[in-house]
Amino acid sequence: MSLLNNLIIGVSLGSIYAIIALGYTMVYGIAKMLNFAHGDVIMVGAFVSFFAAGSFGLPPVVGLLLAMAVCTLLGITIERLAYKPLRQAPSLAVLITAIGVSYLLQNGAQILWGAATKTFTPILEGQLSLAGGQITVTYVAILAVVCCLVVMVCLTLFTGKTKLGKAMRACSEDKGAAQLMGINVDSTISMTFAIGSALAALAGVLMCSAYPVLSPTTGALSGIRAFTAAVFGGIGSIPGAFLGGILLGIIETFAKAYISTSLSDAVVFGVLIVVLLVKPAGLLGKYVPEKV
Amino acid sequence: MKKLGTQKRTSLNGLINYAIVIGAYVLLRVLMGAGLLSNSLQSVLVPACCYMVMAVSLNLVVGISGELSLGHAGFMSLGAFSGIVAAVALQNLVPFAPLRLAAAMVIGALFGALGGFVVGVPVLRLRGDYLAIVTLAFGQIIQNIIMVLYVGVDAKGIHVTTDSARLVLAEGGTAIVKGPMGAVGAPKLATFTAGAALLLVTLFVAQNLVNSRSGRAILALRDNRIAAESVGIPAGKYKLMAFVTSAALAGAAGALFGLNYSSTVASKFNFNTSILVLVFVVLGGLGNIRGSMVAAALLYVLPELLRGFNIAEYRMLVYAVILILVMLFTNNPTLQGFFGGVRERLFQKAPEGTVKGGGANE
Amino acid sequence: MSKEPRQQPKLVPMPATNFLTERDIGKPPILECRHLGVDFGGLTAVNDLNLAIGRTEITGLIGPNGAGKTTVFNLLTKVYQPTRGTILLDGVDTHGKTTVQVNRMGIARTFQNIRLFGNLTVEDNVKIGLHNQLKYGMAEGILRLPSYWKQERVAHERSMELLSLFGMEGLHDHPAGSLPYGAQRRLEIVRALATNPSLLLLDEPAAGMNPSETAELMENIVKIRDTFQIAILLIEHDMSLVMGICEGICVLNFGQVIAKGTPADIQANPAVIEAYLGKRKEGE
Repeated sequence: MSLLNNLIIGVSLGSIYAIIALGYTMVYGIAKMLNFAHGDVIMVGAFVSFFAAGSFGLPPVVGLLLAMAVCTLLGITIERLAYKPLRQAPSLAVLITAIGVSYLLQNGAQILWGAATKTFTPILEGQLSLAGGQITVTYVAILAVVCCLVVMVCLTLFTGKTKLGKAMRACSEDKGAAQLMGINVDSTISMTFAIGSALAALAGVLMCSAYPVLSPTTGALSGIRAFTAAVFGGIGSIPGAFLGGILLGIIETFAKAYISTSLSDAVVFGVLIVVLLVKPAGLLGKYVPEKV
Repeated sequence: MKKLGTQKRTSLNGLINYAIVIGAYVLLRVLMGAGLLSNSLQSVLVPACCYMVMAVSLNLVVGISGELSLGHAGFMSLGAFSGIVAAVALQNLVPFAPLRLAAAMVIGALFGALGGFVVGVPVLRLRGDYLAIVTLAFGQIIQNIIMVLYVGVDAKGIHVTTDSARLVLAEGGTAIVKGPMGAVGAPKLATFTAGAALLLVTLFVAQNLVNSRSGRAILALRDNRIAAESVGIPAGKYKLMAFVTSAALAGAAGALFGLNYSSTVASKFNFNTSILVLVFVVLGGLGNIRGSMVAAALLYVLPELLRGFNIAEYRMLVYAVILILVMLFTNNPTLQGFFGGVRERLFQKAPEGTVKGGGANE
Repeated sequence: MSKEPRQQPKLVPMPATNFLTERDIGKPPILECRHLGVDFGGLTAVNDLNLAIGRTEITGLIGPNGAGKTTVFNLLTKVYQPTRGTILLDGVDTHGKTTVQVNRMGIARTFQNIRLFGNLTVEDNVKIGLHNQLKYGMAEGILRLPSYWKQERVAHERSMELLSLFGMEGLHDHPAGSLPYGAQRRLEIVRALATNPSLLLLDEPAAGMNPSETAELMENIVKIRDTFQIAILLIEHDMSLVMGICEGICVLNFGQVIAKGTPADIQANPAVIEAYLGKRKEGE
């Protein structure tokens, strides 16, 4: 039974990772950059929701929506100010800039809200008991899985069926050609950042509800893990982010339960390295060799 | 003779770097002798040397070899802990402290190199962004593993285990590394002189490597991997050479760093430390060895000087802003045109010409 | 091991190659491709290419855009591994070899889209070409042992000598990326020559050059062949260059060889005219 319990915990944790990984993957797919600051957007989202509920007494759903709105704006602003001027720059320069933005958010949060860890009030309390109490599932865990599935379905439909979604796919294939076809590349990229950041806020609230601690560095490590999930599944691929997230959640939970709590990171990253060595572009990614 | 122009200029550049280090060392010694150096400033001299070595060595990978590494602190960590263990283990064998420190640094360098080799062989098969993320992962793994290690020394030798209960030492033995608590009771062997010497050795290795056959091969791979392979340069070998050399230097710096404090924890060498060193390299100019050195010294020592102004809280915030601005100014065509002239006058060009962003985006 | 009678070696019919020039008769060809082919996914980029090149021959590889010319270079230099067929370099099969290994075996190339080490000086670009002829290792380089000084001096002198082929010694100090286009193309040739090849592949050496530069390049290509006594295979769209200096020409279209022969043969070949100009309609 503990196996099943761990599996449930793993899948729900993995769902949160998957939602974060989607943000990484969409931005990578379209802007070909690793948005290192994505993890810290999660933290900002969680803080907004924390203050909305704690200081202003707003209902959790309103807090969540507010967090998503703030993060959307934040994502667009970051893109406009820091990344857009570097559209033609080498990827190393963009990556270092993204690391800079990440540090800016973390340290800004630390100065604004203090370094101390805060206790987050979950947006949903309580748990479901099954099989005579042998299996317990928190409502938050269920919510995370449901959110992840809804987001996946919506995004798949969005990129497949809508005009904006097709524009996004066109930009990810070839920005120059997309521009010549009358697609506004800049606004499409902004759109991608907006969606990714809104998802980050959602993931932040879910994560802090499942693991109710919050500090300025909350986003960093889960960001890196979710990022690992995106790379694991094949960065740039939406189903890859989903698969990578879920697998990573399960691996992490199992490593904690059956190997060692303190070595769980080593196990997770070890698996990532092995996967990349066998499949250099991740499980579902495409490897495109350079043309000579 | 006049045809040797290029070579002369690059070796002159190298000599200037040695002169800067020796000059700064002598100046600081004189100031110390005259009692003009505050205690807090004296205490940052050794770590400052360590970070300068770290920056120069990371520049070998990021600037010279063109591969982004986000786990450089991991090699420092390997060096620190192996160096501390070595220093304790050699206590009786080598009573003369400076010699023991040198031995510890050599062992730290060996462990760093070993780590670099183990990490480099698989990792260097990847390209660009993937390589960056895997080096990050390795840094994290190294930190994670050291956190669960228990190491002790007794008359029978060195004992390593992952379980505190299984670390049984004979009479007179000492437990050195204690899992999450890190290394405690390390001898404080590090001296400013050793730091300056290590920095000189690092400069010697880095500069002579760059201006040799191997260094040219590394630079060629950075500039254009496909062309380099077409003229018979094996990519794997030379990428690995840069990576391992860099890791060895980081290991030596780690050993010196570890022996400067009586206790050291693995989390000291986390992702933030890797990023800090990367900031030094980027701000000093990718591929510019003197730049790395100067940036590391200034950025490490300045906040210490400004301690009175309660600026520590804002330090990382300021770093972040500077990092972003430097990247924007050096890589955006519009801003570059505007500031290009100023920059060229301020910074002397690196021997091989600095790279704008390196080859990670091949 | 097996009891069966030893099988007769299977004889592969040798399809007509480019004919060797008179002075190369009696010596085995430097390069021989047999039934060479490569597929990318379902697409056949090169198919059944047969080609032999004499030891000191200048051969042209021509054909319309997309005919697979650069792909042939990429197969020869192992940027891609061939799907079918054999490449023999001086009689040695290059099957399974890497780009680095075939360079050491004697193939050097230039690139259609110039690939210099742009941040390094002109001299360093050539010295990188000399990499495998310098024999000191990493430790000797760092410690500056006598072997370092001795070999670096040789490398410097050799670089200057090679640069002087194109009169570029004066530019040795300049970053390669800052050179004008034509000089970059010439530097790529010098760098390739520095690897001491027996077969030099030039991918559109005259692209972007004006007629007088092209004329000078033609002289230089012949001079390189005469000086180093090597074979040269070149891809070129400038017919004055191809017809002017190539002794044999191979025409590719849709990955297939459609004609081989001397410049005069090629100019008169109806299949070539059709590939370049299209089919003449009846009654025109």
